[in-house]
Amino acid sequence: MTAANRADATAAAVVDSPVSPQVLYPQSTGLDGFERVTAAWAKPRPFGFFTELNNNHIGILYIATGFLFFLGAGVLALLMRIQLAYPGNTFLSAATYNQFFTMHGTVMMFLFAVPIVEAFAVLLLPSMLGARDMPFPRLSALGYWAYAIGGALVFSSLFFKIAPDGGWFMYPPLTGPRFSPGINTDVWVLGLGFVEIAAVAAAVELIVGILKTRAPGMTLGKMPIFAWYMLVTAAMIMIGMPAVIAADILLELERAFGMPFYDAARGGDAILWQHLFWLFGHPEVYIIFLPAAGMVSMMLPSFARTPLVGYAWVALAAIAVGFLSFGLWVHHMFTTGLPLLSLSFFSAASSAIAIPMGIQVFAWIATLWEGKPVLRVPMLFILGFLFIFTIGGLTGVMVAAVPYDWQVHDTHFVVAHFHYVLIGGMVFPIFAALYYWMPVMTGRMLSERLGRWTFWLMFIGFNAAFLPMHVTGLLGMPRRIYTYPGDLGWNRLNLVTSVFSFVFAAGVLVFLFDFVRHLRSRPQTGLNPWEAPSLEWKAGQAAHGFRSLMPIFSRYPGWEQKGLKDDELAGRGYLPDAPTVEREALVTSPITAEPEQIMRMPGPGWTAFLAAVATAIAFAAMTIKLPAVGWIAGFIAAALYLYWLWSLDPALPREPADAGRGIALPLYRNGKQSVGWWGMTVLLISDAVVAASFAFAYLFFWTIRPGIWPPDGSQISGFREPIGLAALIIVAYFFFEAADRFNQRDRRLTATCLIVVALAAGAALALGWIWLDGLGIDSTRHAYGAAVWTLLGYVAVHIAIGAAMALWCLVRSALGMIDPWRCLTLRICLLWWRFTAPATVLTLILIVGFPFVVS
Amino acid sequence: MRRDQSALSLCTAVLLSGCSGRQSALDPAGPSAASIHLLGIFMYVGAALVTLLVTVLMLLPFLRRRESPVNHNLFLWGGGVALPFFTLVALVPYVMTVGHETRAAPAPDRLTIDVTGSLWWWEMAYQRTGGVSAVASANELRLPAGEPVELLLHANDVIHSFWVPNLAGKTDMIPGRVNRMVIQADRPGVYRGQCAEYCGLQHSLMSFDVIVLPRAEFDSWMARLAQPIGDPEAPELRRGRDLFLTLGCGTCHAIRGFTGGRLGPDLTQLGARRTIAAGALPGGVGNIAAWIASAQHLKPGNLMPSYDQLAGPELRAVSAYLESLK
Repeated sequence: MTAANRADATAAAVVDSPVSPQVLYPQSTGLDGFERVTAAWAKPRPFGFFTELNNNHIGILYIATGFLFFLGAGVLALLMRIQLAYPGNTFLSAATYNQFFTMHGTVMMFLFAVPIVEAFAVLLLPSMLGARDMPFPRLSALGYWAYAIGGALVFSSLFFKIAPDGGWFMYPPLTGPRFSPGINTDVWVLGLGFVEIAAVAAAVELIVGILKTRAPGMTLGKMPIFAWYMLVTAAMIMIGMPAVIAADILLELERAFGMPFYDAARGGDAILWQHLFWLFGHPEVYIIFLPAAGMVSMMLPSFARTPLVGYAWVALAAIAVGFLSFGLWVHHMFTTGLPLLSLSFFSAASSAIAIPMGIQVFAWIATLWEGKPVLRVPMLFILGFLFIFTIGGLTGVMVAAVPYDWQVHDTHFVVAHFHYVLIGGMVFPIFAALYYWMPVMTGRMLSERLGRWTFWLMFIGFNAAFLPMHVTGLLGMPRRIYTYPGDLGWNRLNLVTSVFSFVFAAGVLVFLFDFVRHLRSRPQTGLNPWEAPSLEWKAGQAAHGFRSLMPIFSRYPGWEQKGLKDDELAGRGYLPDAPTVEREALVTSPITAEPEQIMRMPGPGWTAFLAAVATAIAFAAMTIKLPAVGWIAGFIAAALYLYWLWSLDPALPREPADAGRGIALPLYRNGKQSVGWWGMTVLLISDAVVAASFAFAYLFFWTIRPGIWPPDGSQISGFREPIGLAALIIVAYFFFEAADRFNQRDRRLTATCLIVVALAAGAALALGWIWLDGLGIDSTRHAYGAAVWTLLGYVAVHIAIGAAMALWCLVRSALGMIDPWRCLTLRICLLWWRFTAPATVLTLILIVGFPFVVS
Repeated sequence: MRRDQSALSLCTAVLLSGCSGRQSALDPAGPSAASIHLLGIFMYVGAALVTLLVTVLMLLPFLRRRESPVNHNLFLWGGGVALPFFTLVALVPYVMTVGHETRAAPAPDRLTIDVTGSLWWWEMAYQRTGGVSAVASANELRLPAGEPVELLLHANDVIHSFWVPNLAGKTDMIPGRVNRMVIQADRPGVYRGQCAEYCGLQHSLMSFDVIVLPRAEFDSWMARLAQPIGDPEAPELRRGRDLFLTLGCGTCHAIRGFTGGRLGPDLTQLGARRTIAAGALPGGVGNIAAWIASAQHLKPGNLMPSYDQLAGPELRAVSAYLESLK
């Protein structure tokens, strides 16, 4: 029995009994069903560019936008290389050069690398998983537009000479209010804060998409390896990004309100930023690398004509990298004077990551040995990636060696090292991916001949530019200098680097030429020109992807499930019809991918686009100090978000509906099976990291001056108010739990409980304010006070939102929009309280109990 | 691909032969830099071998078709686990023994120098024993050869980083903290240090000379440095000195026994320094004059205003006076 036959047999077993005629919305496998599916997913005219939410549309826009930022930041690099070609060159002024390298790094990291890998995932993952779209298409669209508009605003600051100039990791106190009084730094903090939030939104989407919308039968172990990589990446974004968002918030509080988190004269510490930034910044490298490695792992089998060797090894290696990467951040801080013992620990941990990296590299090489590899353009780029990335990894082991790092840290050696890692580990795979998946995007192939030109120009240009740069650094050239004297032996090496950086750029130009040309003159390819085994090659370019959703029983369905495309097109999968001409998707269980629900997806609409525009205007107006515009835009944005939220959890029929293949599924789920529950859970994990970062800041101030606490002479007197406060929050929380229980029986009791929640939360806020006001802790006199206010402010915002949620549920309940069955809104708000209550109590213990314990 | 390997081996050859330079980690002149350089050579060779191995392994399947099945475990366990594991087991303990001279425990009779980084210059204050106050200099570090010297690293404003690659690795200078490092130069010579942590607009123009002297010469130099500057004899120099005072230079600059400003570099031995303005220009009376007249043009954003309204003779007098301070 072949694998394909086995799969068919198992698929047949799913059809247990014919669906009874009473089931809602019967699905037709005929041509009429197919036409309704197509109509439901059709791109709207004439404004589909702005209103379409489908992942194909958003994904391609996302990739294109990311690539534009790559080109822009690349031009900045070339201009810098002109400046550095000769000693004492005056092509760029110091101020311009500093803005250029800051923006080069910032744009490449935040506006190119992270977004474009998320973009590839948004475009490819749904069809790889046998699904039609991401689970939250409106959130995808919001994330994309927020990123595109926010990114464009940040980039355009260059043209007004107000671009950030503090280096891409923005160390205070240089970036604090005293040494960077201009708005350059605000552009960075607010603009990127905005983009980072979009990145977290995409991570929420990816995690829920991978866990909840896989094709039926595609268990975790059957997922395409890219999904494993993206799951790890998204989890890392979920945990890492909030740390830098927290650091950004603290920096902006210092800049705008004088709260001295990073000001040593007032009890703050510059090193706090470095901890928070690198806690994110180091995983960031792997956030960029892992998706690229995932794409390589998808492409290799197509060219080697054999499955990936060591699927489980590779998946585990990706997970190991994810875990280890959070234990390495201190290796960016080896020169800050930390004790040798802790440096040694981080040095060993940093080196340890070589093992999961080695496993991946050797799994790829073994795959090549196993198969009969064909040397096409994407394969060339993969080989280039392996070569360059290996060198970058090895120099990474070098800089993980503490004493060696003391020499090369912040020199051109390190610049060379991380370009080997990032260009090798990410840009080469991205180009491989562009050549490989271009037929998915445009239906056409790029030229093989021009592709080879692109590759060799990029490969030779890159190595000839960056290999000598290691030596430049060892010869003593620090990074981020706009000029150097001519007698230190750096001249020739710098000239070589500058010349070959243009060779590299020429390769990118050939690609652009090829891309433009291929749109006009290259023929349409068939559906699967590489004879690849994964499902995105079965989906084609239609927005719906699949006419019907086939059960998947293989990691390589394209090779092992014969007749898949025919069955799918003939409507023999799930949901072959769109009975109400609405977009429908299948929700499945997270581990075994059992069908659980038919999900109605939002169709095209303006909400996401307009909300992104309004939010971007609000952020931009705050940055350039136009408060009136900022408030107006902020109110419009808030109104749009409220409208959006109100439309969630709609009224749906309660009877199961036909899902095709003889089963019926509910259209609605109100608990852990729903994607909304999962989305909120993931979001709250990110939220917890922000709270933990603030708590870390508070404790960090204590560790550097552990003598008297509180250190600013203030007194935390009395336990009465804080205990009362905690009691009120616990009461609010229990009444929310009760509201959820009573909701199954008695609407009036539910309403009463919700009123109690709102009142208790309101009372807690009032009591907290009176208490804090009475303590007289000044937020600007000392970093301690700043940390206390930030922690309590963060908790207060959560309590206020929690109270608003209670009122929201109360109104919806009164309007009959919440009942024993339709209660997802209530349960998601309950999740919020399950986070807020313990967070409040822990924060109070930290602020009130901790000084009591340590003094 | 072949072109690239030859580039790699060429580069390795360059590294192994050692590159001379007065700001080069490849030309060590102190024990810490030397042990780090040796560690580097081991790692370059190891890295070259691993790169070669990976490159050959990944290209072989394209050059030669195999019929026999592949042993997956050999790749995954051998290449993926054993190779990095045993390399690291050998490397990590070795790494932990290297370069620790800079973190040596404090010793009571060691020469101690407070080095302070400011936007964009350096102050070096030589501590003297027996309750005598420290004596300061700027943008130039003088060391006695062959003995460990304790550096206490401070920052006045933003983060800077102290780095003399020929002698040791770098250590950051962080506001509110004092980092220490022990540095040693084995033989007399002239080296160069440069700020290695980006510190704003003129981060590029923040370097200093390191002058290593035999102990006896160092002692006599320091005794001289501690002496107040006497009154100049020549009338032009006297005029220059008076102008220095009337122009207000002394508000920011100290000249021992004459003015006591602290906002800018101490000028007590300006005429003896190889460079001025933290390495922005070579020393000499002409460059001193150029700097006074157009400091904002030569190093935009620094605290020193351009005295471009000074008449020629006045400028010459001030410059000559400053050049005479040795």
